[in-house]
Amino acid sequence: MDEGGDGVRILLDTWDYLTAASSWTGDGGMLQLLLQQLLLTVTAMVIAVAVGLPLALWLGHLGRGGFLAINVSNIGRAVPTFALLALLVTLDFPGRAELGPYGRAGLATLLALAAFALPPIITNAYVAVREVPADVKDSARGMGMTGRQQFFRAELPLALPLVASGLRLALVQVWATATIAALVAGPGLGRVITDGFYRTNYGKGIAGAVVVAAVALVLELLAAWAQRAVTPPGAGGSPRGGDDVSEEARTLDPALATSEG
Amino acid sequence: MTLLAQAAEPSCYSRLTNEWFCVQYVVDRQEEIVEATVQHVWITVASVAFGVLVAFPLALLARRHPRLESTVLGVSTGLYTIPSLALFPLLVPFTGLSPRTVVIGLGLYALTVLVRSMLEGFRAVPADVREAATGLGYGAGRLLTRVELPLALPVIMAGLRVATVSTVALTTVGSLVAYGGLGNLIKDGVSTNFRAELLTAAVLCVVLAVLLDVLLVLAQRLLTPWTRGATA
Repeated sequence: MDEGGDGVRILLDTWDYLTAASSWTGDGGMLQLLLQQLLLTVTAMVIAVAVGLPLALWLGHLGRGGFLAINVSNIGRAVPTFALLALLVTLDFPGRAELGPYGRAGLATLLALAAFALPPIITNAYVAVREVPADVKDSARGMGMTGRQQFFRAELPLALPLVASGLRLALVQVWATATIAALVAGPGLGRVITDGFYRTNYGKGIAGAVVVAAVALVLELLAAWAQRAVTPPGAGGSPRGGDDVSEEARTLDPALATSEG
Repeated sequence: MTLLAQAAEPSCYSRLTNEWFCVQYVVDRQEEIVEATVQHVWITVASVAFGVLVAFPLALLARRHPRLESTVLGVSTGLYTIPSLALFPLLVPFTGLSPRTVVIGLGLYALTVLVRSMLEGFRAVPADVREAATGLGYGAGRLLTRVELPLALPVIMAGLRVATVSTVALTTVGSLVAYGGLGNLIKDGVSTNFRAELLTAAVLCVVLAVLLDVLLVLAQRLLTPWTRGATA
């Protein structure tokens, strides 16, 4: 079998699928699925931010619960998104039930998305507030600020860039998980990919992948732009940008180390 | 209880009962489970190894030419942004429906974390140590292997652990092209509503991630005996 020739043929099929109007329009077309996945992503982000952000910022302010805040990321990494989605869908609740505009297995997908958005949000927000320099906190207290004022006027502005990078990581994670939902017959654009592969219509599958990847890159660029916007000029913004801080926190702070002892 | 179940009732994984926890399933389908686990492990190990092989020269290159650093980091972050379910299909025209697709895809993901941690690790080597070694007559090659690499190892290992644990989890998505290790069982479990199979495979995934993480910690202790005195 000539693999090179196969590859070219698949790429041509992909192009045909991407340029055909019928693949975008109508019920179950890529446009509808794209909007559905964006809706899922936004909703899940809102839920995760509403739940995780205040909690993590508050813990960071108090300086408590570091072990939990750091390790939630390590746990999140070890649990396969696919496995969690599969479990939620197979459970009696939430199961595969249709949920309004979120489509088949909508609730299960939303829960999984929000769950996987939480770890980067919590870990980054906690570390961000925690790592505000001690002398800044001291002088804020010395100036007679109350705890609330210290948090809103000193800690939060300095923590913002790192908090934003956590949100950016969460967004990438949510979009990826929303794609995987199709592996359990869930909603979203991933369905174009799985349909194509399971029905040996590889051109279609790859076309779906192209769209998913393109939107992912656009979201990442928008998030990076938003992150720059909240970073005060000259302040803080590490040259490494959107970093996952959990590994650094582990290496830098032996007190947070889990198994290195 | 198990005796009773064996005697009269259908086993705990029959269509009628379809229990989540079922020892009988693990015993009966042992061969299939072991096969999937073995596939999962070798795909993970091959992917991370591929990631390390690509990341190391890239990190050295980025270190030598600071201008390249942002390009290398930018491209690897861009790759990381692409969902795994989309990255595998994008590789298929070039690699076919083979384990190569999964290994290369996962290796590219691991790359992001690995390059970052390698650069970070090299940066953590104190300048005076480097100077002292140069003063002792160490050439570039010996400086790298005898001085810089050992001192950078704790940070690099931290990155390697993160990369390995996430690769174990992501391997499941390889079931799209039928090479997903335990992911194949999860996929089958969902489509046939087979609860015992699904939960067993999911639990094994997490166990595998923890196990490989512990192995890496042990390896790090053996490789960097001098850090033990400091932290204890």
